[in-house]
Amino acid sequence: MSFVEIDGLVKRYGEEVAVAGIDLAIEEGEFVTLLGPSGCGKTTTLRCIAGLERPEAGEIRIDGVPITSAEKDIYLNPEERNLGMVFQSYAVWPHMTVFDNVAFGLKIRDASSKEIKERTNRVLDLVGLGDLSDRFATKLSGGQRQRVALARAIVYNPRVVLFDEPLSNLDAKLREQMRIEIVRLQHEVGITSIYVTHDQSEALVMSDRIVVMDKGVIQQIGDPETIYARPANAFVAKFIGVANLMEGTLAGSEGEFAVVEIPAGEGTLRLRALAPEGSAGPGQRIILSLRPEDISLHSEAPTEAPNLIEGEIIDTVYQGNFLDCQVRVGPHEVGVQMDHYEQLDAGQKVYLSFEPSHGLCLTE
Amino acid sequence: MDMDPNNGKSSHLEVVNLSKYFGDDRAVDNISFGIPEGKFLTLLGPSGCGKSTTLMCIAGLHKPDAGEISLGGAPFTSRKKGVFLPPEKRNIGMVFQSYAIWPHMTVEQNIAYPLEVQKVNPSEIDDRVMAIIRLVGLEDMVGKNATQLSGGQQQRAALARAIVGTPSLLLFDEPLSNLDLKLRERMRVELKRIQHEVGITSVYVTHDQAEALVMSDEIIVMSKGHIEQTGGPHDIYSRPLNRYVSNFIGVSNLLEGQIVRGSSGQGEIEVTGNGKSVRLPCLLGEGLSEGDEAVLSVRPENVRAFREKPPEPFFEGEIVQTVFLGNYLDCRVRWGDFEWKLQAHRREHLREGERVFVRLDADHTLAILP
Repeated sequence: MSFVEIDGLVKRYGEEVAVAGIDLAIEEGEFVTLLGPSGCGKTTTLRCIAGLERPEAGEIRIDGVPITSAEKDIYLNPEERNLGMVFQSYAVWPHMTVFDNVAFGLKIRDASSKEIKERTNRVLDLVGLGDLSDRFATKLSGGQRQRVALARAIVYNPRVVLFDEPLSNLDAKLREQMRIEIVRLQHEVGITSIYVTHDQSEALVMSDRIVVMDKGVIQQIGDPETIYARPANAFVAKFIGVANLMEGTLAGSEGEFAVVEIPAGEGTLRLRALAPEGSAGPGQRIILSLRPEDISLHSEAPTEAPNLIEGEIIDTVYQGNFLDCQVRVGPHEVGVQMDHYEQLDAGQKVYLSFEPSHGLCLTE
Repeated sequence: MDMDPNNGKSSHLEVVNLSKYFGDDRAVDNISFGIPEGKFLTLLGPSGCGKSTTLMCIAGLHKPDAGEISLGGAPFTSRKKGVFLPPEKRNIGMVFQSYAIWPHMTVEQNIAYPLEVQKVNPSEIDDRVMAIIRLVGLEDMVGKNATQLSGGQQQRAALARAIVGTPSLLLFDEPLSNLDLKLRERMRVELKRIQHEVGITSVYVTHDQAEALVMSDEIIVMSKGHIEQTGGPHDIYSRPLNRYVSNFIGVSNLLEGQIVRGSSGQGEIEVTGNGKSVRLPCLLGEGLSEGDEAVLSVRPENVRAFREKPPEPFFEGEIVQTVFLGNYLDCRVRWGDFEWKLQAHRREHLREGERVFVRLDADHTLAILP
C-alpha cells in the first residue's frame, strides 16, 4: 500500500473531461510533480486531492483511508483532510505579522499557546524567517511571502503538502533559488509533497518522480532522468527539454539496434537507433527523437562516425557554455547543442552524427 | 532589404575620451570606443556602471563634460570644438524598455509617425510602413489599436518605428527587460536578425549578460564608469581579463593564487586550500608574470569529476549538490572551504555524497588579474 493512492479518478466540467481516469500511487515522504501544459488536468487532480473538487468517479486514499470516493459516496471536506497548501498567490494576510500568519493554522486547531510559540518559531527558523517574525507581511519581498506561505502550510504537520505553481510569480533568479530551497526543506521535514507546474525545468530540478499529463491522461511516470532520457512518446519528448523529432519507418535491425528510414528531401536517411518499446516490425511508423546535446557537428566530413547526416547551417546562437546551432537536413530543422565554440556561417555545409544508443524510436 | 540608411555616408561611430559627471559622481570616466558600420555593439554592466549614461550622451539627451562623439566623421558633440548637435538632428532611432507606443493610434499610424514628421509623401509612407511591418512580423496586427498588442508585439512596433525613418544609428536601452523569459529569449534572436537585415549600426544597453552574448558583434563590459574589457562574445566569455569580467559573464570558478612559472602566455598557478597547495598549468592572462598574485578562473563546463583517481593535479572532494537540468547536471564539489562548480554530463550519473576527483581542462584554465 502506498501513502497516497488515486484510483480511476475522473472529473468533468459539463461536456469537458478534465481528468479522464487516472491512477497514481505516491510513497510517504516522496516529492511528486504533476507536469503538463495548461488544460492537461494537473490542477484539477490536485484540487480533487485537496477537496476543492468532487470527482465523478474514482477514489483517493491517504494512508489507506478514503478521503473521497464517488462509488462509496465518501467526501471529506478540505479542512477534514489535514493537508497543507501553497498557491501561486501568496495568500498571506497583510494585517498580520509573519508570526501570526504562520501561527494561525495552529490557533484554529486549538493548540496550546506554548506549543504554538515553539512550533511557529521552529518552522520560521526552518524557512529562514526566524529574524523577521515580528514584521508585517506587507513589508516582505515576494520570496519572503512565499516562505511565509510555505511555513504556514507545514506548521501543523499536515499529512501531505499540495503546491499549485507556487513559484510562477517570482522572477527568474529568485525562482531558481526557491526551487532548491523548497527541495532542501522538503528533504529536511520529510513531508509527502505533490507539486503542480507547467515548467519542465522546475519539475526536473525538484522532483523525486514526475507525472507527465496531457488531455486529462497520464503520459508517463518516472524519475527526472528517466523522463528526460527515455520519454515514452513524442509528447513527453517534446514537452521535457528540447527534442528533434523526425518521422520515419522501421526498416529492420542491425545487431541490438533498429534501422530506421527518414525521408529527407530528395534522399532517405538510413539511421541506427534504439528500437521502440514493445513489438514493432518493419514498416512500422516511428518518430526518431534526438536531444540537441547528443548530436555531434563536424565542419569537415569525418572518416568514421556513426549515423552520418549531411546538413547546412541555418543559424547559430552563442550562449557562452553552449553554442546552439540550427541545421537544415532536407525538410527538417535540426537543433544541435555544441559544448565548445566554433565559427560557423549560415549556409555552410556541415556533418552531423550521433551514437545509435542516443537515438530513440518512439511510437505515437 | 535595401534601406541605404546613410545616403552613402559611413556610419562608423567613434567615442573618444568621453566623460560625464553628476556632481562628484563620475558616471562615465574617460572612455573611448568605436563601432564599425553596420555592427551591433553592447554596453554591458550592472546598474550604475555608466552604460545608460553613455547611451544618453550618444543620443544627445545628456551633454558630456569632456570628449567627443562622432558618426561617419561628423561630430555629434565635442567639448573642445564647442559642438553640440541636438537629438533631433542626429538621425537616430531609439528603442526603450517602455514601449512608448501611442495607445490611441493603430499599429501603422504609430510606425508611420516619424515619416510624417519628415514630410515624406503619403504613398511612399504606405509602402515603407508595410515593408517594415513585414520585416518585424506584425502583418497580422495591421488595423489593430496599439493597446491590442501584447508586450512582445508592442516592442516589435517600437522597433519598426525606430527604423522606418532609416536612421544612421540605432540605440537600444534594455528593450527586452519587461518581457517574460521565454519571449525575451525569442526576441533576442529576432531583434538580432532584423538588425542584421537592415544593417544599421547599433548600440545596445543591457545588464543581462546572456542577452549580450547572444546578440552582439562586440561587447563592452563596464563597471563604475570604466571599460573593463572590449571584445567579441566568445573572446569575453573564454578569455576574461580579470575577476570582475569573469564573474559578471557566465559562471566561473574563481580561486586566488600565485603565478609560479610563466612565459609567452603559458604558465603555472598555485592555489591553496583544504590544507594543500596545488599547482596547475594555465593560460596566462594579459598583464601577469611570474611571482604575481592572480586569480584562477575556469568555467563549470571545463571542470570534470572522476570516480577513479586521475593523474595530478586534481582536487579530491565530496559532491555536495547536484541539480538535474535535463541536458546537463549542475554539480558542486566541496574542497576545503571552496566549492567547485561543474557542468557534468547527465550520463555520468554523479550523485550527492560521492567522493570524487576534480580535474580542470588545462586548455581552458586561466590565470587572470585579481
